[in-house]
Amino acid sequence: MILDFSSPIDYLWALLPEVVLAATGLLVLVVDVFQRGSRSGPSRAWVGWTAVAGVLLALVANGYLLEFEAPGRSGMIAMDTFRIAMNFVILGATALGLFLAFDYLRREGMDIGEFYFLVLMAAVGMMLLAGSRDLIVVFVSLELMSLSAYVLTGFNRKDPRSAEAALKYFLMGAFASGFLLYGIALLFGATGSTNLALVTSEVTRGAQEGNLLLYAGVALVVVGFAFKISAVPFHMWTPDTYEGAPTPVTGYMAAGVKAAGFAALLRIVTVELAPAAEVWTEILWWLAVLTMIVPNLIALAQDSVKRMLAYSSIAHAGYLLVGVVAGSSAGRSAALLYLAVYSVMTIGAFAVVGLVAGKGDSRTGLADYRGLGWRRPLLGGLMVIFLLSLAGFPPTGGFIGKLYLLIAAVDAGHVALAVILVVTSFVSYYYYLRVIWKMYFEEAPEDAVLPAAPGGAFRLAAVVAALAILVSGLFPGRAIQTAETVGQDLAPRPATPFSQPAVPMGVPDTTTD
Amino acid sequence: MDIETYSLILSALLFAIGTAGVLLRRNAIIMFMCIELMLNAVNLTLVVFSRSLGIEAQVFVFFVMAVAAAEAAVGLAIIIAIFRHYELVDVDRFNLLKW
Repeated sequence: MILDFSSPIDYLWALLPEVVLAATGLLVLVVDVFQRGSRSGPSRAWVGWTAVAGVLLALVANGYLLEFEAPGRSGMIAMDTFRIAMNFVILGATALGLFLAFDYLRREGMDIGEFYFLVLMAAVGMMLLAGSRDLIVVFVSLELMSLSAYVLTGFNRKDPRSAEAALKYFLMGAFASGFLLYGIALLFGATGSTNLALVTSEVTRGAQEGNLLLYAGVALVVVGFAFKISAVPFHMWTPDTYEGAPTPVTGYMAAGVKAAGFAALLRIVTVELAPAAEVWTEILWWLAVLTMIVPNLIALAQDSVKRMLAYSSIAHAGYLLVGVVAGSSAGRSAALLYLAVYSVMTIGAFAVVGLVAGKGDSRTGLADYRGLGWRRPLLGGLMVIFLLSLAGFPPTGGFIGKLYLLIAAVDAGHVALAVILVVTSFVSYYYYLRVIWKMYFEEAPEDAVLPAAPGGAFRLAAVVAALAILVSGLFPGRAIQTAETVGQDLAPRPATPFSQPAVPMGVPDTTTD
Repeated sequence: MDIETYSLILSALLFAIGTAGVLLRRNAIIMFMCIELMLNAVNLTLVVFSRSLGIEAQVFVFFVMAVAAAEAAVGLAIIIAIFRHYELVDVDRFNLLKW
């Protein structure tokens, strides 16, 4: 089927997975009210499963997108395989996050319909952000994702840490949105359009003329995204927010929000703003260097495993930035591959932390992991796989991902970045292996509390996640091939790729009068 | 200089005042007001651009206003939630998590 975006129905088809997900979200919200009636307390279990069903349905709908073709590049939403691949990553992270969250939500009394609604809305925002080809859509989808994430962070109303994390996240996030928005406005001023395809051809001209408005716009957009992906020095909010948020939410944010932010960065900055490369390469190069070095050093000193993983997630943003700086299609493929693996392993690691923490989310210290590997063999084994993959040991997916980032960086001539990536990875071994050491080589104290046995959904999802990491590390051929095809599909095209005038939908044509 | 340049300089100044406010003030509500000032500075920029670049910018302004309203709802709810725990809204005083 061919979509030319000449009628609104075309958008309905192009946005099929997002529409399915948003409809499920609204449905969850409504049925939750009716099933609860006048009773207070947690929702029935099937409300959560409805949300999971919606995510699975959206996965099917997303696969269906492959049937569509959009020859012109005038739509507000991209129809390339990069968007579809990112949608799979985001939906996979959402499904995994939900499966792993059920136990936690029940334990903390947070098992209510609004939680699932917010997770689904955040996912819709992430998917739209990853696929947007219009600056207005970029802003609105980013805000949809961020607003849902702010509320999810503060979802545990009884816990002051949760409220504190939400406030810090909200203030810094809204501040960053302001920068991004100003950047978008300046880009619009410099190019005269919000449609990214039109922006690109204007940027080519503007870059030749040395347009100041354009340079400021590009720089502000990069800074806005740097906040969202928590690149140093715009990372101040991340450790506090990740530590204070309910643990499943932390895992979901670390994976989903970062994946969507990077997808937008890859699409908008490295492809659509490629003609202005001299502006952003320099900025992103320094961001990548700082983001690899600083959090890895701070993580060494952390006593809380949850906070350590928060710093580790910042460090991973640094590794991913290497792929962005490379700016080549190999860099985009490598970043995509690493994002997919990273979401699985980081959600898995945070889920184990949430389980070990016990009621009140209190036991997150390194000392609470003593002897865990012997007393809960399955949980310990899973944690080992997640941590080794985060550290980048073979034969895990994390190793393959880092290897491809290195190759992409060297090919693009950024040898210094590749060296820093390797050195900081070695530094990070210390704090990942320290947890494994505590789990297997130190005795648990007499009065240690054994973490509750996880439920069936948790076991299933965690084992599937661990297997996915191992399989992608042992047999990476297929995944690499897919990532390479997708990366090439996103490559910048010649400056004027239009067959028809690209007037965005819903905007009256002002050129005729 | 024409009126558009002056207006752009004005909106840049407003944006800078908002940024400075967020960085310098420690009261959560005032920080939030400064963020709103930043968003409205952007709105002014867009309206100025719409004089020469078309109606698209004014449509964008409505989106920004709607999003800012949603942001205000969520932000004030979060500030109320934290006020219930601490009885104050001074971000320097929240130190359960290292800032």
